[in-house]
Order: sequence, then structure tokens, then C-alpha cells
Amino acid sequence: MTPMLTVEDLAISFATRTGRFEAVRGVSFTLGRERLGIVGESGSGKSLTGRAIMGLTPPSADVTARRLAFDGIDLLTAPPAQRRALRGARLSMVLQDPKYSLDPVMSIGRQIVETLRTHERVSRREARERALDMLAAVQIENPARVFDLYPHEVSGGMGQRAMIAMMLIANPELLIADEPTSALDVTVQLEVLGILDRLVTDRGMGLIFISHDLRLVSSFCDRVLVMYAGRVVEEIAAAELAHARHPYTRGLLACVPVPGHDRHPLPVLDRRPEWRL
Amino acid sequence: MTDAVPALSLAGVNVAYDGYRALADVSLNVAAGEAFGLVGESGSGKSTLLRAIAGLAPVTAGTLRVEGETLTGQRRGRAFHARVQMVFQDPYGSLHPRHTIDRQLLEPLAIHGVDATSPRILRALDEVGLGAGFRFRYPHQLSGGQRQRVAIARALILEPAILLLDEPTSALDASVQAEVLNLLEQVRAERGLTYVLVSHDLGVVTHMCDRLAVMHGGRIVEELPADDLVAGRIGTDYTRKLMVASAGFRRGSDGHGHADE
Repeated sequence: MTPMLTVEDLAISFATRTGRFEAVRGVSFTLGRERLGIVGESGSGKSLTGRAIMGLTPPSADVTARRLAFDGIDLLTAPPAQRRALRGARLSMVLQDPKYSLDPVMSIGRQIVETLRTHERVSRREARERALDMLAAVQIENPARVFDLYPHEVSGGMGQRAMIAMMLIANPELLIADEPTSALDVTVQLEVLGILDRLVTDRGMGLIFISHDLRLVSSFCDRVLVMYAGRVVEEIAAAELAHARHPYTRGLLACVPVPGHDRHPLPVLDRRPEWRL
Repeated sequence: MTDAVPALSLAGVNVAYDGYRALADVSLNVAAGEAFGLVGESGSGKSTLLRAIAGLAPVTAGTLRVEGETLTGQRRGRAFHARVQMVFQDPYGSLHPRHTIDRQLLEPLAIHGVDATSPRILRALDEVGLGAGFRFRYPHQLSGGQRQRVAIARALILEPAILLLDEPTSALDASVQAEVLNLLEQVRAERGLTYVLVSHDLGVVTHMCDRLAVMHGGRIVEELPADDLVAGRIGTDYTRKLMVASAGFRRGSDGHGHADE
């Protein structure tokens, strides 16, 4: 079976005053219809990797790869029009904070309908009905009311559900979720993750789940890539996390305070220069 | 709990913004030298409680006492700030972007008319694990963890007795969080400080605190020792729900937390 997404030797760099800054260095992985987690600290290159697949890196970024292909389409040589057609329709991305990623001056319903009508020829009435169905699918209790609300009128959890609804309305094959619940309360977090999990499973989508939270990612994904300083330092099946080999992965797991584990002081990461190599 | 005068004492405190009650009849005692945690969802009033103590929220009823002295009105004098300092969540927002670290640390000293500022600044930097090399840098030249260390140094430089910590590590990476939590514990052990720590992370709160209060809708729904929370000796459903939520995602649980693995 050919994988849906192939990433080979992806590198992203920026020109700075003091020379080139290599934010992502030689990342390779393939993705089928599965849930892949990418974990790392801020600055590890995890979000940039996701954005490069979407084609949403800033213009100043220099993206190269031996191969970056989605369903046989070479993304790096694809013309902008083709990438736009892919984005939103077959590839979708949920961002961290609905406060910033939703359009503040457009009602939630209109934003969802706009996404759908950009990618499919459907009548207004049908678009509205599908948007309402989608809002119901993300467990919004009163879709008709939320349809007409503006983003500032809903809570963070509701906004993130609307965001997920918008990203899934065109039935994408691959969803990239970049810290989709980090801006939410713990109790709301689980609801949103539960919704995301069910939709991904039911629709047979591929998912790339990007997060700084190793435990959360491993409870949600089948496979986890651990990134450090722009490189993948370890790839591990989520179930095998307890047997992680790389000291960085082990350090990340150990440094989180867990109720019931009294460790004073907490173990901290001893960052070794060779991890950067 | 104790015969001694509590470091912090709140009785029937209400905070209202335009009629919206952010805090409703909150009563609380924190003993001197204790680390006390406040947990709850956003909007539960846990940050408002800290802000009410610091004079940053409009208290409409109730009494607040710090080391036995009643606070009146919203203005807090110099004497208060010499005893009570606050560390905020976002080190990006709480440091002046165009002041050097030296100037950020100098300001409280200047306000309080402290002499011999230079050695104190160096000592404060050293205490939070930043060398003298950081003294003349700007906040944008520091990482998030380093900035939070500066914020802690600024809070400690007046040698207060009570630190109000509002989500001090939630903007930081897990590995950096561990470093900052260790720093906070070490400083507390050395100086015998009283902490009131707000966090949505039960792991952080139970790690740092002896006792904690669970807040919901502007009220304290439960007050209990951290060990009881860990052991599951919980009195209210809401606390139990928080506990389950913080344990992480379980497939098939629909977010309601009943494991079916």
C-alpha cells in the first residue's frame, strides 16, 4: 500500500543576519490512514513541519525536501492553484487558538459555508444544511443558534469545535491538528479530543497531531515522532512509550509532575549538545 | 488550623465586575510558610482571588487580611508590596519589552528607596539561576523560561514573605516548567516563603502545595490537603471530574473519563 503522505529529508531554513537558521533538518516519515503524533518543545520545528505540508510556511522560509508528496502529488513543485485546491478540501489544519484562527467579523455559520462552497459546488441551502449537520457532529447542542453567532460570542471550547467543523466539512483525507486543545481547559480539552478522535476514526482520515504534551499525544496517537532542534530524535509506537530509548524522550516523560509521584526536586533535562547533531 | 496569625486571611470576599460576580463569599486562611494551591477551570475565579489580594480587582464585600492587618480599598501601599509580590502567567506580557533586565529589577528597588542596588540585582539574578551576563539584556533576547526567572527575581528582590503565583509555568514547555518549579521550591525552602499558587494543572498543584482549594463559578467548592486529592479522598463531584480530566485522554471515553480499555 502506498502511503498517503511521504516526507523525505524535509529541511526548512530562514536567512537571518547571522547566517542561515535551520529550523527543520532532514525530517522523514510516511503516513497512511493512521494517527501520527509529533511532539517537541517550542522551537523544535514541529509546527513548521505541519505548515510545510499544508504549504503555509512564511514566504521567508526556504523549504526543501527530497520528496514531499501527498497522494502522488509532488507538493513542492505543484503550482499555487493546485495547492490551494488541495488545502481545505483534501488537507486541513486545526490551529491552537480559535480566538485567532476564526474570522472575527464573520458569523461562524458563514465561515463554514464559505469553506464548503470554495471547494464544492453546492447550493446555498444545501451548504447551510451541511454546515448545521457538521456543527451537530461536533456536539454543539443548538447548531442553528451557533450558526449565527460570531466567534467572540462563543467560549473557547465552542470556538474550537466550530473550527474543527469548518476543517472537516469538505471531508479532507488528512487533518493536521497543531496544538488543538492547548488553549482550552482540561475538562473541555477531553471533550474536544473525544470529538476529534471519533470523527477521524469514523471518516478514516489520516491525522497528524502536533503537541508539546508527550503524554497526551501518546494517549491519542498510534505512533509518535519526537523532535528536538529540528530533527526527529526518536520514532516510537505510542504503546511502547514507557520503553523510549532516547534520553530526550525519557527526560520529557520524567519531568512532568504527576499527582501521587512525590519527586522533589523534579528531574530536569540535561540537554546534551550531541542531541543537536 | 493554627493559633498563629495566618499569612493571608479572607472572609466573605466578593468581587463584582458590573454586576457580574467573579468571586462569591470566598473565605480562606493560608498559614505562614504554607504552600496553598487554587485549582479550577478558566472563569472559576482563581486568578480573580489573587488579583483581589493584590488590589487588582474590585472587592465589593468582605475583609482581606495580610499577616493580621486588614486591607482597605483597592490601593495597596508600599508596605504591602514589600510583603506580598505576584508572578504572572505570561512572562512575555509581564516584562517591559524596552527595558533591560537590570532596569526591570531596579524599578522595585527604586520605588522602595533601597540602597546598594547593584549587588542586590546581581544576587537576585544569581538566585534564580541567571548569571550576571543576563543583566543588560532585553526580554526579547531571553527564552520563555529565562523570562519567567526574571519575573521571579523581580518578585523576590524586595524579599517579600508571600508570593502570589498565577499560573507561573503554564506558558512554558514541560522541561522548562520542571526547572522553574524546582526553583520556586528551592527559594521557598531557603526563605520560608508563603505561596498561593494558581494552576489548572493538578499535577503542578499537588507537587508544589500542602493544601488546596477547588474553585468553580466564583466559589470555593472544596478545600482539602493535597495528599487527600492524590489518594482520591474527594468530597465533591466537581473535584472528581477535574481529577479525571487531568488524568488524560482515554479512547472511547467521549471525554467523560470512564475508561474502557
